[in-house]
Amino acid sequence: MAQVTLDRVEKIYKGGVRAVNGISLTIDDGRFVVLVGPSGCGKSTTLRMIAGLEEISSGTISIGDRVVNTVAPKDRDIAMVFQNYALYPHMSVYENMAFGLKLRKTPKAEIERRVRDASAILGLDDYLERKPKALSGGQRQRVAVGRAIVREPACFLFDEPLSNLDAKLRVTMRSELKALHQRLKTTTVYVTHDQEEAMTLGDLVVVMANGDIQQAGTPDEVFRTPVNRFVAGFVGMPPMNFLEGALSRAGEQVLWRESASNPAQIVLPEPLAAHAKARVGQPCVLGIRPGAISIRPDAPDSLSFLVTVAVVEPLGEQTDLRLTTPSGVLLTARVPSVHGHMPKVGETVRVAIDPARVHAFEPGPFGRALDAPVPAEPAAGTPAETAA
Amino acid sequence: MSSPAVPASARRRTGGWKRWTLQAVLATLAVITLIPFAWLLIASLKSGEDFFGAIFFPPGEGPLGIGWDRLTLDNYRKLFAEGFGRAFLNSVFYASTTAVLGTLVCSASGYALAKFRFRGRGPALIAVLSLIILPPTLLIAPGYELLYHIGLLDTVAGLILPVVAPAFGVFLFRQAITQAVPDQLIEAARMDGCSEIEIYFSVVLPLIRPMVGAFLLISFLAMWNNFISPQIVLQSQDKQPLSVAIAQLRGIYRTDYGLLMAATVVSIAPVALLFLLLQKQFISGLTSGAVKG
Repeated sequence: MAQVTLDRVEKIYKGGVRAVNGISLTIDDGRFVVLVGPSGCGKSTTLRMIAGLEEISSGTISIGDRVVNTVAPKDRDIAMVFQNYALYPHMSVYENMAFGLKLRKTPKAEIERRVRDASAILGLDDYLERKPKALSGGQRQRVAVGRAIVREPACFLFDEPLSNLDAKLRVTMRSELKALHQRLKTTTVYVTHDQEEAMTLGDLVVVMANGDIQQAGTPDEVFRTPVNRFVAGFVGMPPMNFLEGALSRAGEQVLWRESASNPAQIVLPEPLAAHAKARVGQPCVLGIRPGAISIRPDAPDSLSFLVTVAVVEPLGEQTDLRLTTPSGVLLTARVPSVHGHMPKVGETVRVAIDPARVHAFEPGPFGRALDAPVPAEPAAGTPAETAA
Repeated sequence: MSSPAVPASARRRTGGWKRWTLQAVLATLAVITLIPFAWLLIASLKSGEDFFGAIFFPPGEGPLGIGWDRLTLDNYRKLFAEGFGRAFLNSVFYASTTAVLGTLVCSASGYALAKFRFRGRGPALIAVLSLIILPPTLLIAPGYELLYHIGLLDTVAGLILPVVAPAFGVFLFRQAITQAVPDQLIEAARMDGCSEIEIYFSVVLPLIRPMVGAFLLISFLAMWNNFISPQIVLQSQDKQPLSVAIAQLRGIYRTDYGLLMAATVVSIAPVALLFLLLQKQFISGLTSGAVKG
């Protein structure tokens, strides 16, 4: 059990490619932290630096009280689960799990006890004598997890462990991993590109892009109060809608409107309006979650649009609608399915926006949220405190 | 596990006559291949006067009209009485040492070229590749010169050292390891606590077992059959291997063919035995060159 601390950690590859840009992160003992982001964002590199499989260009990584920058992977007291399981094909399930303990000269009886315990937890009792080849994908991943837990390390590292499984199994394994963490309470760093996995598993979700931490917070925080347009667009499914426009003032109210010719406008609610006042007259990107859009024929003009239905995707309880605004922007709305009352393709409907769930960003793909606190230091800070 | 057996047995039942035809053809070919060996074995059991008297067995009063009592082990007795045993042991020693050392050196350097990033790796690989196209005959004279200067002429080391790291083998292992050993497996072993040497012995080598088996056999055979370099490197009579000893049995004016045949049988038997033992690995090593990751 240990705290893991990254202090201005950088990774610059030969040829000057910056994979990780001086990130700082404190992972408290026993937490489940998920690094999430698109491919190439630096999340795997960060994990591999914690593991010791990749050299650190500058900065320090500590596990517990010890700076591990120059410590060999095997001496860092960590265990890692790989995306392709990385099981030894010539060893049985038992031998795979026992291998690390044998190398550490653990007494035989102790190895036996730990492997039996792990296999009981993971439901592998009947497969101990099998070779990995004779196991299904889910079972192989369990063996890989078992190999990590028998070591009883200070920290677990997971590198996209569920990506090779089919969708259904992924969901099952996800909750198994969560249950396992609640049972063992070992500090865990988990890397994934799947935001849903990140949200369901993490105590702390760290959203990364371009080698920087964009935001670190609880799943709820990154979903409800994204600090910039990237986080807002990355977290949540279907993704947030963005509408380019500009801010204007009408008396005490701050209005957002798409363009002068389009009458559609939205009155920004407090406290967002207070933050937006300073930017009146400037461009502003409105962010709207698909769930914040509803079909309301009777809604007032100030909070609604007239849109054309382009695609209808029934999902059972809910239906996703792809809507085209008069200016040609495509919006996604997720509305409850009501039998016999769903709009048809080509129909023009009036949709209302829930003002309490509107976000406003500065222009650009990484535009800052207008109501986000001004960062003292580059986006990283010491985010673990916010998660406590 | 039982499911793949079902289509196999079904095929066996349906493809009746095709299967029999195929088997008959194969059996005929096998017999044709075996005839020279049978002839060799019988010839080695015949005395001098019978050698040219009959193609296969000498005629006589015994069952099948064969003179069984005329067959003799005299050739073999004479062979070993003349110090042939020494040459046999020499060959076993040279071939097995070369095979084991060569496999270790080639797999280790192939592993380094496949999985480690180090300064000079590119040039090293190019050097290995260009050595493959050099015909071995070209190296005889400079090789002799080199051995002369470092004082290894007429030593066992002089015979074995030049062949323990063939470029072909290094490249073969590099390819096999690139294919069969995923990087993540090596990283997993490193995190599990393996030293680099332990990774090589307990993870890399087991994964390329078919290739190891095949290469052991190839290099054993190459040294066993090696005729030219022992004659060049070795001068002492007691260091000569079988291949040279057999050639020396042929006199200038007269050759004892029975003796020659017995020597040939002795030189083929261990190799045939080795091949039978390792044939499964040999074939899978040659065809796949690797195992599944």
